[in-house]
Amino acid sequence: MISKQEIIEQLKTIVKPYVQNQESFDALTEETDFINDLKINSANLVDVILDIEEKYTIIIDNESMEKMINVKAAMEIVAIKLAEK
Amino acid sequence: MGNRSTMKKEEIISKLPYCKPFLFVDEIIHIDSNGVVGSFTFDENLDFYKGHFRERPVTPGVILTEVMAQIGLVCLGIFLLDDSFNKNTAIGLTSTDIEFLKPVFPKEKVTVVSEKIYFRFGKLKCKVLLKNQNNEVVCSGTIAGMLV
Repeated sequence: MISKQEIIEQLKTIVKPYVQNQESFDALTEETDFINDLKINSANLVDVILDIEEKYTIIIDNESMEKMINVKAAMEIVAIKLAEK
Repeated sequence: MGNRSTMKKEEIISKLPYCKPFLFVDEIIHIDSNGVVGSFTFDENLDFYKGHFRERPVTPGVILTEVMAQIGLVCLGIFLLDDSFNKNTAIGLTSTDIEFLKPVFPKEKVTVVSEKIYFRFGKLKCKVLLKNQNNEVVCSGTIAGMLV
């Protein structure tokens, strides 16, 4: 079982190439919003989701994708999908 | 090739949200859910040749990019969306990463070969090549667009 902190670190590595707000990235917490805080555009957010799928070998459906607005929601969905495996 | 697939190709072109002087698709040669091949011939009277370059017409890179996007991304997107694509569907180009290797002059016919990388969450990303009549690669790269 991977820890919360490990997932946050892994997510940070995934989002890094798409981040437009470095300050917000440096201060990333569970509450950090991908679009409003990190300024990741909606097209690149698709790539973030696909990179998350690849990293954890999970499939994220449309409904889950729409919920993945911040780090916390992403962590929850990753945890759910990993548990379903 | 049966009548049905020919119809399909023409139907895709008729659904394109462009018209002259900004329609850059003449023919779809092949299309399936993994990719598309299509062609376009540059009319020597196209307006941009008057200024790019002065007295030495060469097709601008942005126009080659547009040809790649219209054939490689939009035609394929319409095919993939099938009946859910209509005149109210709004699309946008989201990224391009293209290398330009050779010039394209007026009257040249070019062929675009596009291969789908993914189509997920309304975003289509493709690996796209543009070739000239000598089958030489003129430009290549990746292009993405999405429903907006």
